[in-house]
Amino acid sequence: MPLRDVLMPDRRRLIPLALMLTGLAALFLAWNLKAPVEFILTLRVGKLASLVVVGAAIGAATVIFQTLTENRLLTPGIVGFDALFVFIQTALVLLFGGSVQAAIPPLLQFLAEAACLVAVSLALFTLLLGRGAGDILRMVLSGVILGIFLRGLTSFAQRLLDPSEFAIVQQASIASFTAVNPQVLTIAGITLILALGAALWLAPSLDAAGLGRQTARGIGLDHDRVVLVGLSLVGLLVALSTALVGPVTFLGLIAASLAYRFCGTWRHAVLIPAAALIGAAILVAGQFMFERILGLQSSLSVVVEFLGGLLFLFLLLRRSAR
Amino acid sequence: MKPVTLWLAAGLILAALICASVLIGAASLFSGDVDGGLLIAVSRLPRTLAALLAGAGLALAGVVVQMAVQNRLVEPGLVGTPEAAMLGLLAVTLIAPGASMMVKMSVAAAAALVGTLCFMALARHVPRRDPVLLPLVGLIYGGILGAAALWVAWTTDLVQYLGTWMSGEFSGVLAGRYELLWIVAVLAPLLYLAADRITLLGLGEDAARSLGLNYRQTLLAGLLLVAIITAAVVVTVGAIPFVGLVVPNIISRLRGDNLRRNLPLTAWLGASAVLACDILGRLIRWPYEIPAGTIFAVFGAGVFLWLLNAAPRRAHA
Repeated sequence: MPLRDVLMPDRRRLIPLALMLTGLAALFLAWNLKAPVEFILTLRVGKLASLVVVGAAIGAATVIFQTLTENRLLTPGIVGFDALFVFIQTALVLLFGGSVQAAIPPLLQFLAEAACLVAVSLALFTLLLGRGAGDILRMVLSGVILGIFLRGLTSFAQRLLDPSEFAIVQQASIASFTAVNPQVLTIAGITLILALGAALWLAPSLDAAGLGRQTARGIGLDHDRVVLVGLSLVGLLVALSTALVGPVTFLGLIAASLAYRFCGTWRHAVLIPAAALIGAAILVAGQFMFERILGLQSSLSVVVEFLGGLLFLFLLLRRSAR
Repeated sequence: MKPVTLWLAAGLILAALICASVLIGAASLFSGDVDGGLLIAVSRLPRTLAALLAGAGLALAGVVVQMAVQNRLVEPGLVGTPEAAMLGLLAVTLIAPGASMMVKMSVAAAAALVGTLCFMALARHVPRRDPVLLPLVGLIYGGILGAAALWVAWTTDLVQYLGTWMSGEFSGVLAGRYELLWIVAVLAPLLYLAADRITLLGLGEDAARSLGLNYRQTLLAGLLLVAIITAAVVVTVGAIPFVGLVVPNIISRLRGDNLRRNLPLTAWLGASAVLACDILGRLIRWPYEIPAGTIFAVFGAGVFLWLLNAAPRRAHA
């Protein structure tokens, strides 16, 4: 056995996942391909890329978030991260007007929105979630209600907008994988790669942080700094997935639970890429099923919500039964 | 406060709100462009009454649900009742599009009852030791039902309908289109008569049985009441979240837990709060309107967060 595999035996688990995603992607591209081949391929590649980017971002973000909050029931979506992003977008349009919004180049705009999200979420979630680590359920419920609160505020703010400005915001608030701006996609792809790199760099610290705050500090980890960096990464990943397609609440939960189950490890160097691969694979497979086999349009996110909700209920009740 | 002063104050506030609601709107009553009397009779008064009835009904339904599951952090909107009613409405719209309002409402109420009973069955498996777990389960349960409803609506092109049921607003209320809500006025006295039984319900199955209560019958009757009220509100004005949660909690914090004494006050506060939200929604962006449900959702979620985190824990919070 090669030395690398002795040190990291779990890493081999990533190979079948990567193969599965490649196979699904090939199927997605090649299924029923007719002339004009080039045109259809361009469309499909764009869609495939957005599915992979979103799935990977949400999967990775969820694993990091669950470790930081020491809770495998939470996802950034459940505690309202994406609601916060839509709210920030609405608030920016409300404050500065749609014309200013349109004048700013997409890259700058995305970065500004992501920075806002990271700042606000850090403040809000350390305030609300930080002190409740011992009281997990209260924390989850607070997060859920916070999400409802933010969605309410958003729809309130949207009522104050002009119809044309409202149209700008609405694009961001409904999950759709069909129409994605290529420029935004490029930005999101690059951000994803950078964020995943940072996550892998942070992985050993996350392994330690997963032991719990007390233990982690006991073995010399600067726990607060890891939480700060980790939450920023989560904010960035959620921002890019929400900016691309809008909120998808439960996908991360499915991807992360499958990753824990499949890898059987606590190493984040394995878990994060695994969850990213699984998240991407779920979206690609789901979209393939819906669009090509069943002939339905854009209802994938609804089904992901439905199944994810069932999984959440199952995990919650099983956990409490113990 | 003495009961007389309390009721006087409550009556004054309600009267002021009703006056404001009748006077405020996109069209002026006194400009002479429209017949003021007609405007009041067809639009303003029905709208005011609808807000009052819906608010009172939802607050009372909240009390019953909280007693039935012995948990203060729950309300019909958090246990999937409106979503179940919407599924029923979708079904009847698909199968018999021309059915009368009454038929639609009955089907919606039946679906709401089934949905609530399913939640009760689920709640039996939820451990009691942590009061926060149950609302969480309820929220997700409601979310699953909601996703199912959305999916059905999507495949049958009924998403727009669903939108009107999901966000409660009163701008569409005209004479002849809200009368179903008077069911609340019929059911509220019934609830008042059964107040002591509902209080016993809140003690839990064993204690209630040992005190001679027919537990199953009372529970079923209470939940039937909840289902009918919720269905009536969803059909006529759309779901308004958090009313049933916030109002009973405020009342019980101020006045304790004697249900017979508190029920009228609960109904009053629910009615006033929803009407106030409706008036606020008309004023903020005059002459356009913001749905009362949206305003209450923001306000209610804020109060809920506060209840959850800042307040001291009660014996059976």
